[in-house]
Amino acid sequence: METQVATFAVKKGLAQMLKGGVIMDVVTPEHAKIAEDAGAVAVMALERVPADIRADGGVARMSDPELILKIMDTVSIPVMAKCRIGHFVEAQILEAIGVDYIDESEVLTPADEQHHIYKHPFKSPFVCGARNLGEALRRIGEGAAMIRTKGEAGTGDVVEAVRHARTVLGEIRHLQAFQEEELMSYAKEIGAPYELVVETRQLGRLPVVNFAAGGLATPADAALMMQLGVDGVFVGSGIFKSDDPAHRAVAIVKATTHYNDAYILAEVSRNLGVAMVGRQVSSIPQPELIAGRGW
Amino acid sequence: MYMKIGVLALQGDFAEHMAMLRRIGVQSAEVRLPDHLQDLDGLIIPGGESTTIGKLAVAYDLIEPLRQFAAQKAIWGTCAGAIFLSKDARRPQPLLEVMDITVERNAFGRQVDSFEVDLEIPELQVVQPGSGPYHAVFIRAPLIESVQKDTRVLAALPDGRIVAAQQGRLLATSFHPELTQDDRFHRYFVRLAEGKVTTLG
Repeated sequence: METQVATFAVKKGLAQMLKGGVIMDVVTPEHAKIAEDAGAVAVMALERVPADIRADGGVARMSDPELILKIMDTVSIPVMAKCRIGHFVEAQILEAIGVDYIDESEVLTPADEQHHIYKHPFKSPFVCGARNLGEALRRIGEGAAMIRTKGEAGTGDVVEAVRHARTVLGEIRHLQAFQEEELMSYAKEIGAPYELVVETRQLGRLPVVNFAAGGLATPADAALMMQLGVDGVFVGSGIFKSDDPAHRAVAIVKATTHYNDAYILAEVSRNLGVAMVGRQVSSIPQPELIAGRGW
Repeated sequence: MYMKIGVLALQGDFAEHMAMLRRIGVQSAEVRLPDHLQDLDGLIIPGGESTTIGKLAVAYDLIEPLRQFAAQKAIWGTCAGAIFLSKDARRPQPLLEVMDITVERNAFGRQVDSFEVDLEIPELQVVQPGSGPYHAVFIRAPLIESVQKDTRVLAALPDGRIVAAQQGRLLATSFHPELTQDDRFHRYFVRLAEGKVTTLG
């Protein structure tokens, strides 16, 4: 048999290797080194963390490939980068420079208000955000090899990540109770491909790895999401917007591994300094919320 | 005798290994702290990020207990696990240094170069006589650059590069049997843990 490169199995497989780990947002090669030294399983290379994107306003786009390449040269762990929703040319550029995972992200300003990228033909795997099962399965239908909750990025408020994780995982639990003849109308109701609804019911989980993201800021936040049943966590602004990023990064890595051991969680939560100040999601005006981006 | 195989659960695809062990009727347990190594007949170190696994092993004082375990029992490392078992990974990172192999991390390039290929692995005939080639999944995979002392090569790519090796009861694979539906490698490892003769002829 011929060697087959970049199959869906290897795209999905890399996400399986990231399970139980922490993926950290970094904006410089120095940050990337701190993240790797702390035990991050991957870094997300970007020009501004979501908290700054939120504060600065304006249009948020793919980062300068030069910055991403410098970060790729600095660390041995996988490097991810974000493109705008529907901006398949940004994705082509990220693939051309050899990024290990592309995040088609609502954190950037969407380039298409109807369509996401058709992700199957790309050699680079994609991760996409989702707030519910229908959205997750639509993204997988388009070729996403990994899903994350959207949460509300750049807030330091975990409430939306909890809502999205509970929604997706709860809907999967409900799906287990359905009879075969109910699946087609359920697929129609949630706007998801029928075959993926059937597969999810049979597996009792999403067909791809499912991480939490959006608003995580503490070791306890990471362990909370893990206990709710996600496979791993993204921490964006939460690390490098805190007082002592190196120390906090290690603590979040340890909390993600030992998420079920409250004694270890207590130990790693001590003396971390001030967490990112954050912004309560319920105080943010509707037009400024980003989790609603995505179709 | 009932076998119990531990799976190092610091990070990575340990759940996939445990599902495979369940499928072949072998009891398994997650290992995160030194105490968890008690009463195990063997240990699997899964795929994941070798730097993360190494750092967490150091942080929770697992390095010495794992070395002692390796001296007495069977250990199998897949991908990151193979790196962790090696004597030399060509860059500074925590390693168990229990297996006489030199590995090169990310030897095939970045994720866009990850691949699947069929391998001829004669030793698998021991667990399933007459069975065909082995379909192997490589993800940002390491290469076993060289083997030393009494380490044997179990599998190589068509161009001769080494992707699986065995030294006594230690087993290293660059690829991921836990991501396939083929349980021959897991059955092979369980035989190793049981202390059964595994070499051909």
